[in-house]
Amino acid sequence: MSQIAARQRLYRRKRSSIFHGFDPVLTAAVAALLLIGTLLVYAATRDWYARNGLDPQYYLKRHVINIAIGALLAYGTTVIDYRLLRAYTPIVWGLGVIGLIIVLIPGLGSEINGAKAWIALPGGFQIQPAELAKISIIIGMSMILSERTHDSDEPNSRDVLQALAVAAIPIFFILIQPDMGTVFIISASVVTIIAVSGSPTRWVVGLLLIAVLGGVVATNTGVISDYQIKRLQTFVDPTVDTQGTGYQLRQARITVGSGGLIGTGLFNGPQTNGRFVPEQQTDFIFTVAGEELGFLGSGLIVILYLIMLMRAFAIARRTSDPFGRLVTTGVIAWFAFQIFENIGMTLGLMPMTGVPLPFISYGGSSMFATLIGFGLLQNVHARSRG
Amino acid sequence: MNQRSRLSLLVVQILIVSLLVALLGRLFYLQIAAGPKYRDAALSIQSRDVVAPANRGLIVDAYGVPLALNKVGLAITIDRIEIDKQADKGVEVMQRLAKLLKLNYNDVYTNTRLCGELPIGERAGCWTGSRYQPIPITKEANPNIALQIVERPDQFPGVDAQPISIRSYPGLVNVNAAHVLGYVGPLTEDDLTKDTGKQYYRSESIGKAGLEIQYDSYLRGIPGIRTLIVDRKEAITRESQNTQPIAGDHLVTSLDIRLQAATEKALADAVMRGRANGYTSDSGAAVVMDIRTGRILALASYPTYDPNAFEKGLTVQQASDLFSEKKAVPALNRALQGLFAPASTFKSVSVVAAAAAGYDLNASYNCPSEVQVGTRAFQNYDSKNQGRMNMKKAIAVSCDTIWYKIAFDEWLRDGGLRPKENPNDYFFKAAQSFQLTQKVGIDLPSESRSRLADRDYKKSWFKQNKDFYCNYKTRATKAQQTPFLIQLAAENCVDGDKVRAGDAVNFSIGQGDTVVTPLKLTQMYAAIGNGGTIWQALIAKAIVKTDGTVVKSFVPNKLGTLTTAPSTIKFLQSALREVIVSGTGAGVFAGFPVEVSGKTGTGQVFGRNPNGTLKDDTSWFASYAPSKKPRFAVVMMVGQGGFGASTSGVGVRQIYEAIFGVKGNKVVPGAAIYPNGKPPTDLPRISPATKPKEAP
Repeated sequence: MSQIAARQRLYRRKRSSIFHGFDPVLTAAVAALLLIGTLLVYAATRDWYARNGLDPQYYLKRHVINIAIGALLAYGTTVIDYRLLRAYTPIVWGLGVIGLIIVLIPGLGSEINGAKAWIALPGGFQIQPAELAKISIIIGMSMILSERTHDSDEPNSRDVLQALAVAAIPIFFILIQPDMGTVFIISASVVTIIAVSGSPTRWVVGLLLIAVLGGVVATNTGVISDYQIKRLQTFVDPTVDTQGTGYQLRQARITVGSGGLIGTGLFNGPQTNGRFVPEQQTDFIFTVAGEELGFLGSGLIVILYLIMLMRAFAIARRTSDPFGRLVTTGVIAWFAFQIFENIGMTLGLMPMTGVPLPFISYGGSSMFATLIGFGLLQNVHARSRG
Repeated sequence: MNQRSRLSLLVVQILIVSLLVALLGRLFYLQIAAGPKYRDAALSIQSRDVVAPANRGLIVDAYGVPLALNKVGLAITIDRIEIDKQADKGVEVMQRLAKLLKLNYNDVYTNTRLCGELPIGERAGCWTGSRYQPIPITKEANPNIALQIVERPDQFPGVDAQPISIRSYPGLVNVNAAHVLGYVGPLTEDDLTKDTGKQYYRSESIGKAGLEIQYDSYLRGIPGIRTLIVDRKEAITRESQNTQPIAGDHLVTSLDIRLQAATEKALADAVMRGRANGYTSDSGAAVVMDIRTGRILALASYPTYDPNAFEKGLTVQQASDLFSEKKAVPALNRALQGLFAPASTFKSVSVVAAAAAGYDLNASYNCPSEVQVGTRAFQNYDSKNQGRMNMKKAIAVSCDTIWYKIAFDEWLRDGGLRPKENPNDYFFKAAQSFQLTQKVGIDLPSESRSRLADRDYKKSWFKQNKDFYCNYKTRATKAQQTPFLIQLAAENCVDGDKVRAGDAVNFSIGQGDTVVTPLKLTQMYAAIGNGGTIWQALIAKAIVKTDGTVVKSFVPNKLGTLTTAPSTIKFLQSALREVIVSGTGAGVFAGFPVEVSGKTGTGQVFGRNPNGTLKDDTSWFASYAPSKKPRFAVVMMVGQGGFGASTSGVGVRQIYEAIFGVKGNKVVPGAAIYPNGKPPTDLPRISPATKPKEAP
């Protein structure tokens, strides 16, 4: 009797904890990635900034602030009532689309590396509306595909078309920027959500065919701009352009390869400290891990991602709520393809695009979005436990 | 969740796991499998070596007098990092500097460009080193100008003046020794890529010829390396290693600078004498060897060149002259690369052959004006009938016909044109006993092998030329279509692979296809003088560290001994002495206070000079002295120099005068190069300041 009472007390204490509902393994994996990311951002910028008479902790401080804000957002997303989540989704979606339109207006959007993807804010901060768009697309599609307006247990073609419309509008604007990496990741999420929703198989197959066709047509008709073709070309043949894109890919590969088994030690990578790889605190941050932490450290990062994704799959399986399951698979696809695109690009497996590495790369919008994504996983997890 | 959703989720999961596993696999390949390759690539991206060349070791003579040393030059250098930072990339500074140094601005500009910065075809004069080294504009600046530059850093930012080490051949007592010492020069791509197991750096100098290349690995030392780690903007982030240069070791040679200078002068005088007597006299060589050890005491080749020209910077004219036929190819070291018919000096070999064949060396033989060899009569020198004489006298007066007779008889005995199964080949075997076809093994690069025209040689010669002679009418040029040459070609086609009577006869007096280097002949005469030991020729005595410790000693190396009876050697020695007493060398050495033994040689040469004249005879004199207790072998050869005695004989006498300190016909006390009659065995103290001993 007293045992039961004790258990109840424990249970109550657990419930009252602010971490109630958090999946411990998932949380630990993400916390570890955030910690590693912080060290890597610091390692990527510290030496260069110090040598140029700037504050060596400039990026470190901002990164920690980003994580703090992101953590609050994640917490908020976790504990929020999902009905509220649904209510906010159209607003988030609308804001995302407006943001995507704003970045295209000259004078308001700022162009970095050939893509008009950012809105500059006072204080040197920038936001990338495409990141918010990812979340609103995932939630929006999940809503449409999980709520039946008809008798059938599964979404019919009309549902699928509605869901696609939700995705198509932001994708269209991101295409114009153009940010092919993000388009690729969102498309992968869209197809995954539709596949897992139980929609007719012809839609899944059809969308995959359209994706392939779209890629070919875009390359041939100039929808993809010159710099993107160059990036694709240099991916196929890194010797085409020795100073531009090919140079970056080659440097990235050399930097990762030179790390060997145990790496040069944190803060001690000469390639990193010499800044031979461009964008090494954002898109190419994995090179820092490769060089300074070696195969053991960078392999650990991939394993942590794998653990995180496996937990997310478990959450998707366990939940009885179709909406939760679709959100989870959407987030899984988003994370997984973004990880694969980013690390694959660094290792020379994927063409060069400007997507950040989830939980690790420096960058506010991406950090906020991925932590909100993490919050969504936790939210579904908490509700599935009931 | 329905079945299809469940299946889709599983498919997605498998896909994603495979993608991440693929990343792990790729990571493994890059970091573990191909890791070393990428580590090297990274290293070459990040690190820049700044090379501080080591002080090159000295080359000194047996008494420690420097033949090659390092001179302090005053270099005006430009720092590329500095001038590139200037708004106009240093154009103004370089223009000002060019004016001050009285140089052409374009030259200064080109000199300071890395070779890769200039378009192909315009790279002459580019800087082969790295951006991080001060780039020298001149190595021999006027100190006053250097001071102006150092004192006005505002006028000359990025320009510096600093002392620099340059290789110098001081040429004390007017010595040249270019063919022995060689020279140094910048590394070529070949030197860099050649797998020598040594790390060379582009900005170093390397031995290019002579002793400088032969002992380069000892002389060069180990350059100091500062490895700088740079970033993407080529800014230096840190220094990863900094080693001080280690000076190269010194090379002690057996040369004597005074004897070397005297030998060079004697050779040049001999060439001039030949010319004064109307001969083409285009080249020559002279060698002095210690016959008890094989060590080289002096070695000269004519024409020569200035070894200092290479550090000053060779002009195009200088470079092309070095190998010009018109200038008689000064780069060639004729002492070991020139091949000439030994002529009568080869009769020493014939004596050994005759003794082996059983001829009585003390008997008397006829020296008629000619000997009938088959269908052809072979003339004595000047067709003189000298009557009956003993063999010693025959050597002394250099009778040819006595050897024709013996060689022809032996050739017939060996079966003539249809040689026996195992011919005696006394003459060829005698030459082999002197190791004629083996190199003297001198420690200088590119020694030529002397050639023995024996039966094997004939066969291989025929194989190569058969087609030409058997199709002479179509193969030969119009000018070659004379009745005599056509007849000769026909004979060559029939039995060109055989040693013919004429070949055998010519061989006995050192004519025909048998050719030797002056150094080989020196080694042969040294062996006669020392009683039969064939020594390897050697210039290096020791490698000595800067602190005086001996790294390596070069000990004399006995290559073999003459197999002929001691009595034959005795006879040869007396005959060679007789040459000087009453023979062809008597006039030259008349009244000479030291007893000398030797042999003259006047070799016929076929062919024409570039200007169309017929080639003159090769003048030889091979000798050793003192006759009773021989110590030195001296051989001189003057190409197209005419008579052996008058051209080379006088030159050899001049060399002996230096060795023994002879003035007129008297030995001047204390003037001999070797006070107790033999070269020193102790190693000298080494200092760049050592001066040659002066004769009283």
